Amino acid sequence: MKSFVLGIALASSIAATASSAWAQPAEQFVALPSYRVGPYAAGGSGFYGGIIDYFNLVNANGGVNGVKISWEECETEYNPSRGVECYERLKTKSGGATVVEPLSTGIAYGILDRLPQDKIPMTTLGYGRSDAANGKVFPYVFPLISNYWSQAAGMVRYLGEKSGGMNKLKGKKIVHLYHDSAFGKEPLPVLEAMSAQYGFELVKIPVAPPGSEQQSQWLQIRQARPDHVILWGWGVMNSVAIKTAQRNGFPREKMLGVWWAGSEEDTVPSGDAAKGYTSMTFNTPGNYPLLDELRKKVYAGGKGNLQDQSRIGSVYHMRGLTAGVMYVEAMRAAQEKFGKGKPVSGEQLRWGLENLNIDEARQKALGVHNMFPTVKTSCDDHEGSGAVKVQQWDGKAWKAVTPNWIVGDKALVRKLVDESSAKYSAEKKIAPACMKS
Amino acid sequence: MFYREAGQFKTSYEADGQILPIRQDRIALIATVAVALLVLPLAASPYMLSAILIPFLIFSLAALGLNILTGYAGQLSLGTAAFMAVGAFASYNFVLRVPGLPLLAAFALGGLCAALVGMAFGLPSLRIRGFYLAASTLATQFFVVWCLTKIGWLTNYSSSGVITAQKMEILGYAFDTPARKYLLVLAVVAILTLLAKNMIRSNVGRSWMAVRDMDVAAEVIGIRLMHTKLLAFAVSSFYCGVAGALYAFAYLGTVEPEAYNLDLSFRILFMIIIGGVGSVLGSYLGAAFIVLLPVFLNIVAHGLALPTSVASNLELMVFGALIIFFLIVEPHGLARLWQIGKEKLRLWPFPH
Amino acid sequence: MDINFFAEVLIGGLLSGVMYALVAIGFVLIYKASGVFNFAQGAMVFFAALTCVGFMDKFGLSLWLAIPATVLAMIILGLAIERVVLRPLVNQPEITLFMATIGLAFFIEGLAQLLWGSQVHKLDIPIEDVPSEYLMDKFNIIVSKFDLIAAAICGVMVAVLALMFAKTKVGRALRAVADDHQAAQAVGIPLQRIWGILWAVAGMVALVAGLLWGARNGVQFALTFIALKALPVLILGGFTSVPGAIVGGLIIGASEKLAEVYIGPHVGGGIEGWFPYVLALLFLLVRPEGLFGEKIIRRI
Repeated sequence: MKSFVLGIALASSIAATASSAWAQPAEQFVALPSYRVGPYAAGGSGFYGGIIDYFNLVNANGGVNGVKISWEECETEYNPSRGVECYERLKTKSGGATVVEPLSTGIAYGILDRLPQDKIPMTTLGYGRSDAANGKVFPYVFPLISNYWSQAAGMVRYLGEKSGGMNKLKGKKIVHLYHDSAFGKEPLPVLEAMSAQYGFELVKIPVAPPGSEQQSQWLQIRQARPDHVILWGWGVMNSVAIKTAQRNGFPREKMLGVWWAGSEEDTVPSGDAAKGYTSMTFNTPGNYPLLDELRKKVYAGGKGNLQDQSRIGSVYHMRGLTAGVMYVEAMRAAQEKFGKGKPVSGEQLRWGLENLNIDEARQKALGVHNMFPTVKTSCDDHEGSGAVKVQQWDGKAWKAVTPNWIVGDKALVRKLVDESSAKYSAEKKIAPACMKS
Repeated sequence: MFYREAGQFKTSYEADGQILPIRQDRIALIATVAVALLVLPLAASPYMLSAILIPFLIFSLAALGLNILTGYAGQLSLGTAAFMAVGAFASYNFVLRVPGLPLLAAFALGGLCAALVGMAFGLPSLRIRGFYLAASTLATQFFVVWCLTKIGWLTNYSSSGVITAQKMEILGYAFDTPARKYLLVLAVVAILTLLAKNMIRSNVGRSWMAVRDMDVAAEVIGIRLMHTKLLAFAVSSFYCGVAGALYAFAYLGTVEPEAYNLDLSFRILFMIIIGGVGSVLGSYLGAAFIVLLPVFLNIVAHGLALPTSVASNLELMVFGALIIFFLIVEPHGLARLWQIGKEKLRLWPFPH
Repeated sequence: MDINFFAEVLIGGLLSGVMYALVAIGFVLIYKASGVFNFAQGAMVFFAALTCVGFMDKFGLSLWLAIPATVLAMIILGLAIERVVLRPLVNQPEITLFMATIGLAFFIEGLAQLLWGSQVHKLDIPIEDVPSEYLMDKFNIIVSKFDLIAAAICGVMVAVLALMFAKTKVGRALRAVADDHQAAQAVGIPLQRIWGILWAVAGMVALVAGLLWGARNGVQFALTFIALKALPVLILGGFTSVPGAIVGGLIIGASEKLAEVYIGPHVGGGIEGWFPYVLALLFLLVRPEGLFGEKIIRRI
């Protein structure tokens, strides 16, 4: 018993000294509350692997104007309570975290109210509060590239164009098969508004989480005989949906998934059933000079984060790379303004994220041309783009179906964002205003 | 040598009935409360306060609630998180819809709503026992979360079904820094713990324990089973409801119904089993174990610089192994280990 | 009311129920013979499926070689569990053992992903998951071939288990242990070894369930949640009865689907999560030990 206690004491003292040795000054520190166990581990490991791979590449190329990027992960198990604890632990390390990305709506909600006091910006790439696109009410939250409302609008626009024009949607039937939670209900305002506007019938069918059993839902869908099914699912619900669709003879070409239902983790377990299934994405599938550079410089040296190299270029990995690119470009922009060659603070990086301008020329220079849409953020628009693409699974890989980026309905989304953020600012008694640098 | 009862005589009936009859225990408790109240808010880092101590206190309260139901009244329940959710959403709605309602009254009313729900879902306990009851409390868990997701009025028609807890203010004094939130939570938890301890020592508690040990015998000697069991459910749910309200107001800030899922119910059950079923101290020890252990494992894993996927899986494995280890070493939980420690301390430095 | 649609929902529900029963049988086996409610059954299903897929992907074995390899792994796991976890906790109250199996569940989940990675895998077994053309042509209802074959496999497994319990020496010993531990020990049945065998058998049942569910949904962490679906089945059927698990499964599966389709739309949908539990709860109010469970006689 005594030796046991001594052993614990020894181990913790070693751990304490080891972790304090991590504090390297003059580095740009990024907090990564990640998840690599549990039901969403596959996606988490791909996404955070992508971010870390990009950081390693940038560091190998000399850092951002000589400033190296450092980061620390913390296992949240996708649990809001642990996510908040991880955030609190990481936010003061190494001189202070300068940006955080939890990849979880629950954790993002838990952290949201602490950000203005801690002065740390949070990105919620493609998820989270859609109304956070209004930077006047949410100065520290960045739903970059596209939020759920833009995506839903983009889906309807794509379905309209697929039918031959938005006016052809009149009289059609679209089923919204959704995860019965905050996530699944998020796009309803947009879908209902567009259903009223364009005259299609919206049938809402919820799936009780986690969605391992969907036989009754798909029988209902077969009965309804819709023209399209929007799959707004997460985790196991997606592969089960695809398989159950096959089991009930529903053509997968008519299914359009949200981008959290559009990765290899959803199609591979479904096997052959997923052939022809389409989903949204904000990354054009394919190879890029950046990926080749990664393989050469990072993976060849054994510093690659993914255990399985065939996952390079997979959907979650590319999402992670996209996030990494956003962060580094924001760091560059912030250094241009606040002083090159030294790490920027959280507030300064916030400015950087609010003044991103990644156009096609810059994308070409980075080797990611067309990997994601051009991004231009501002105080009013923390999204930066709102554009989406559609990809289809051919049995082995994803292939882009739409050559160009689709923007759904900026006016409608903006109206909803303004309404919802006004409600939040009234509840929280915040006066909406742009932050001055 | 130090822990002796020698010289401490009780000269009145009230003195004999004290919660802590030994003076050294009283001094230790007063010292702990003094440290918690005066020293920690000033000395502890904001991280310790907001990410370790506040969730520890909130989970201790929830564990205490579950301990009342499972440890003292013997009704195994897996619906704790659902009662917490009711408390949270009810408090939110009371603050939202009743202008000028004091914060503590809102928490109390939220707890009362949770108590009513608890009584309703506790009715099956009159017929069902043991694991079957546990499995039927799962019905509570899923049903309540479903209700909260479906009924838009409860979330003020938020499009995504989340609620953002309002600022906490008592008589104009805002509780917005970690230290102030910690003090508020500490005060609420301490008062409720004292109430619980007294309830357990009283007639009510004794009837609960009689029902736990053998309810047929309890009925034979005249304890009204329905009243006792439903009261246990009501009190337990009240505590869980207040804990849930604190979880939303003082810790997370914004919650969706899914934050009170089955996973949370199981965590609280682990807390009371590891801490010690049927013990107030056990609730605290178990909560400390479950809150601190993952953090500790995380820090050790980082210190050893393992690749994160390996580290995360090892954390899970070590957590499971430690649960089994503690159960083998002391099946009655950490509270029993503490008790054994105290008994050894009474003899120290003599061996027997 | 469309009778074809009703038939589809009903049959689909019954077949789903059989799949739930598959998992429930594992619980029943262990509870019946050792009084332990094995919370780790879901984790064991996941571990079995992941190990089989792991053998196929990492070592390139074919399905028919991977299955015996996984059987071996599950036997080792079962014996190890009995030796390390159960033997030290032999006379503890039920709740302690339950808690130990929860700890075990965490351990197995972490171990499975540590050994085989956290990727999701597909499991190809030579049964197609498409509607049966025969039924589609003859009766105009859609029933999946996979579901039908899975139901048949479940039936075969129950028959094999029943044969084992009735005819073999080990089966008789298991029944004796299930009846009364002390009496079994008194006639010389080696309790520890029997429990080890029991856990190994439960592991193999978990393997069958894991293969079928893995082929249906993909082999991923969410397989562990299937255990939660099996709980109402157990409540309904009684914790100690294998035919009870089957009957319970059928009832839960059918009622869950019918409720979702016919009642769901009126209350906002998504009731599949709690409906089986509420149904089981109502059942229990009438029969507190489940349909086929052993009647609990309470004495002072």
